[in-house]
Amino acid sequence: MARLMTNLYDVSKCTACRGCLVACKDSNQLPAVMEPFKGNYATHEDTNGNTYTLIRFIEHEDPVDGVRWNFLKYQCMHCLDAECMKVCPKKAYRKTEWGATIHDEDKCIGCQYCTYACPFGIPKYRTRTDTVTKCTLCYERVEEGLKPACVRTCPSGALTFGYRDELLQQAEARVKFLRANGFPRATIYGKLELGSGTNKIYVLTDTPDKFNLPVDPKVSANTWVWQDWIKPYAGWLIPVALGASAVSFVTNRLINKGDDHAKGGHE
Amino acid sequence: MSPAFGRGVMTNHIVDLKNTDVALIMGSNAAENHPITMKWLGEAKRVRGAKIIHVDPRYTRTSVISDLYAPMRSGTDIAFLGGMINYIIQNNLYHKEYVLAYTNASYLIADGYDFKDGLFSGYDAAKRTYDNKTWDYQYEADGTTVLKDPTLTNPRCAFQLMAKHFSRYDIDSVCKITGTPKNKYLEVLKLYTSTGAPNKCGTIMYAMGITQHTVGSQNVKSFANVQLLLGNMGRPGGGVNALRGENNVQGATDMALLFHIIPGYIDSPMNNAANKDLVSYLKAVTPGAAKLPAANMDEFRAAVAAGIPNSGYKVNTSKWVVSLLKSWWGDACTKNNDFAFHYMPKRDAAKNYSHIAMFEAMYKKEIDGLFVMGSNPVVGGPNANKEQTAMCNLKWLVSVDLWLNETAEFWTYEGWERPEKNGKVEQRNPKNIDTEVFFLPACAVYEKEGTAAQTGRWVQYRWKGAEPVGESKSDLWIVDELAKGIKKLYANSTLPQDEPLKNMTWGYGHGEEPEPIAVGLELSGFTVADKKPIASGFGSLKDDGSTACGNWVYCGQMATKPDGSLLYKPMNRDNKDNSKTGLGLYSNWGWAWPVNRRIVYNRCSVQPDGVTAWPGDDARVLIKWDATKVSDPLKPEVVGSWVGDDVCDCVKTAPPDKAVPFLMRPEGTGCFFAAKASFKEGPFPEHYEPWESPQKNLMNKQEFNPAIKVWEPEKQGKVEEYPFVGTTYRVVEHWQTGALTRNLPWLAELMPNMFVEISEELGRLRKIENGDNVIVSTTRGDIEAVACVTKRIKPYIVDGKEVHMVGALWQYGFKGYATGDPANRLTPHVGDANTMIPEYKAWLCDIRRA
Ligand code: SF4
Repeated sequence: MARLMTNLYDVSKCTACRGCLVACKDSNQLPAVMEPFKGNYATHEDTNGNTYTLIRFIEHEDPVDGVRWNFLKYQCMHCLDAECMKVCPKKAYRKTEWGATIHDEDKCIGCQYCTYACPFGIPKYRTRTDTVTKCTLCYERVEEGLKPACVRTCPSGALTFGYRDELLQQAEARVKFLRANGFPRATIYGKLELGSGTNKIYVLTDTPDKFNLPVDPKVSANTWVWQDWIKPYAGWLIPVALGASAVSFVTNRLINKGDDHAKGGHE
Repeated sequence: MSPAFGRGVMTNHIVDLKNTDVALIMGSNAAENHPITMKWLGEAKRVRGAKIIHVDPRYTRTSVISDLYAPMRSGTDIAFLGGMINYIIQNNLYHKEYVLAYTNASYLIADGYDFKDGLFSGYDAAKRTYDNKTWDYQYEADGTTVLKDPTLTNPRCAFQLMAKHFSRYDIDSVCKITGTPKNKYLEVLKLYTSTGAPNKCGTIMYAMGITQHTVGSQNVKSFANVQLLLGNMGRPGGGVNALRGENNVQGATDMALLFHIIPGYIDSPMNNAANKDLVSYLKAVTPGAAKLPAANMDEFRAAVAAGIPNSGYKVNTSKWVVSLLKSWWGDACTKNNDFAFHYMPKRDAAKNYSHIAMFEAMYKKEIDGLFVMGSNPVVGGPNANKEQTAMCNLKWLVSVDLWLNETAEFWTYEGWERPEKNGKVEQRNPKNIDTEVFFLPACAVYEKEGTAAQTGRWVQYRWKGAEPVGESKSDLWIVDELAKGIKKLYANSTLPQDEPLKNMTWGYGHGEEPEPIAVGLELSGFTVADKKPIASGFGSLKDDGSTACGNWVYCGQMATKPDGSLLYKPMNRDNKDNSKTGLGLYSNWGWAWPVNRRIVYNRCSVQPDGVTAWPGDDARVLIKWDATKVSDPLKPEVVGSWVGDDVCDCVKTAPPDKAVPFLMRPEGTGCFFAAKASFKEGPFPEHYEPWESPQKNLMNKQEFNPAIKVWEPEKQGKVEEYPFVGTTYRVVEHWQTGALTRNLPWLAELMPNMFVEISEELGRLRKIENGDNVIVSTTRGDIEAVACVTKRIKPYIVDGKEVHMVGALWQYGFKGYATGDPANRLTPHVGDANTMIPEYKAWLCDIRRA
């Protein structure tokens, strides 16, 4: 394997300007998805077929730190040992030499098996193409020697792109600095998660749960996937489930949760 | 800022933020509204271990990146900063050598000056104005030399008077007013005042949260006093840094898009005896010149050459004014016709022409037509209901914009929809609106070329990136056509009052598209005889008609290349840092006014002797005195010059004891005590409550600023009816009134609806849950919005009582993809006593579930 290349996202530098979101939409020519504002700056409830990356806005309050407002850019983590690749019946996923997980829409039949296999629930169904879609790590740009669109746009320097080993070193140094400067629980995320790590490295100012990230995605994947992903997407899982005999446990689950159909996937 | 330092500008620049030790961000949500500042503050944090303090009514995206956040009730900045001034003085934390050498701390103040019960000497309650006669210095028998006390112990010296004035601002009193928890306030005081150490520099960054108040100018003056005490002015990593509300606001003020000045910050002439001819006008606008016996220009010129005491560098005003007249009227401006001074429009001395005043006049049917360019008052104007009503009285309206915004469509049914019936708010029926509206499509910034002056005074040229869409045109094209059309209309007139138009010079290029570089040449200035640019700067301007210059502060931005073509310095694009110690001056990137000086008042970056760095701070020296250097080879007899990475902000060949640090001030120093006409409401800042406030003034007996004009006394909301503090602000996703961004789907989807933010406590009080629709009301109107109930806002404990705040975005309107009610339907028609900037940030309201 060639040297891995990835994004480093340092939340301590992110101002949640969401320039990266717009750059992503521009670069991938994705249409706007209007959802009403419901009381959180994030507006969108989750990534969707036309929105590959989002910023989470999470408020915390405790007696020691007072109020904290945590931002998290989230998108495909490009896991090095990617679950989506293993479960896809059509082998629509592949890994580039440098670590990006690419999804081929031409092969995809829209069964969304990857969606619930993914420890982060990232691939999303898109009606207009009848496929799932997700962040591509801008592999076409990268292979032309450019940076991913989000990295190129980030004004605060929260996003950088480079060799994973070098970025990991930077991340370690940064975590050390943060721990000594008011963030005792600062940590790296993505180095060893899921065993071999992900091809997106996060520097977090607090423990992963404070960013709504699975603390140990490998262990908690099952419950997490079930509770947070199958349920809301039950609506469009029905035809899938009926067609794919390999997933009989999904149908069982759906029958029990039939009343949730109305909540179907949003795009 | 001008009364304190001599210029009203951001003193340092954006890149310079990286040199700071402590940044105090107050009245600004820089992370949202000036995202790029975060890059440089981030560098200061990483490289220097700098700390960031954020003081704001709300915990915002800026608070997130700060090391210390302190809440403060909107409209109580002077109490907060007055307490800091007091803390610095009481604890001896000020930078002593700096204060003594570079400020007016030692100046003795006239005996008549006094302060009692919240009023300075000379108040006229009936007129709500001051006679500022006593706000002056004590002079020696000659009447011009100011008496001083270098020991700073005389009770009448500016320093002691300031100490006494602010002694009332003790920590407990301050926290009672501001609602800041005492421990947080103390933390802020300790951290920020640590920059009083000679080897430390602290920067203050502020924006509209400071200026959009009835005491906006005095808020800024409080910053100035803090920074002068701590010795933070004129040094890298320091300064009072006004972050402009949008790009080219600096350029707009430079070019006098204000009612009271002409280009280059010179007071505009009025229709009174003091302005009857050029010499009288020059006497009025040149500091110290009022009593000169000069009867004509020759005598005035001689007096200027001889030197006018207490005038400062503005002694040269006549050169700037005559060169300006020459650039406007060319051959028709001569020595024999008073340099065409009589052509200049004179404003009515008794009238105010600010935004609020203009709409009040329109409301009274005193204005027939309105040209709106790059502005959207139906969303952005204060008391927007009234302003929209006022526009119905216009005969015609021209709107120049990228989209048909709310102002262009103020007359539509959509534009008059309101969330509920309210007898107190005027309604209009589109059927009965007779205003004729013309819409001129403008092209976007990327579809035209020209310069913009950003917040740090850098003038940068921008090239066209794409062709304009459809029939849209650049602003320059629109103004050019308009001017040419008007000139044609008057070409054959023989009436004397039409001469100013007929004789006005106009000609920017030859093709259909006017050439920005031709405008640049006029602004930069040229010698009339050969039309060659004056590359050496405003020092070469003359008041005899031999030079023309459209704006003296821009003088020197154009030079001649060896091949004879024009070198327009705003086009410079060298991104190498020219400073030897890595200060990030980037002097060959664009061009900064004045004369490409990147940090103004930089004389203060060295000790008074001009050669020694402040102890432990060698790296931040910008200029030094070199006693052996000859700066001008043509004048080898003049030995000694200031040298360094930045352009010195003093006379280049003036030795250290003569090179004053604040040369635009008559005093030559930074001013704690703002003498004479500096401010309408007094020489020192004093806390007054906002015009509408939930709280009695605990500091003195005046409720609100005694010098502001009250336009609509009947519209003053009372706390019994409107118990909550309202404030307005922006989010990064939308730009100003949203006309640009709410029409772009990718930005509209990020912030699709108008929302207001309230605390969880207020939510419980009014039974409002996150995401509920709510109605917010003031005496001026009502709006509907989505509630964002958040932990990031907390009630303030003010004098033992809970005070709640409703924060509203002001960027929504009824056009575009992202829509909502304009928050400015709630804000009052009342403004700062000096600048008339509207009070957008503190007013009273009520909120309930829709
Ligand atoms: S562009 Fe950078 S700073 Fe802005 S939201 Fe994205 S990661 Fe954060």
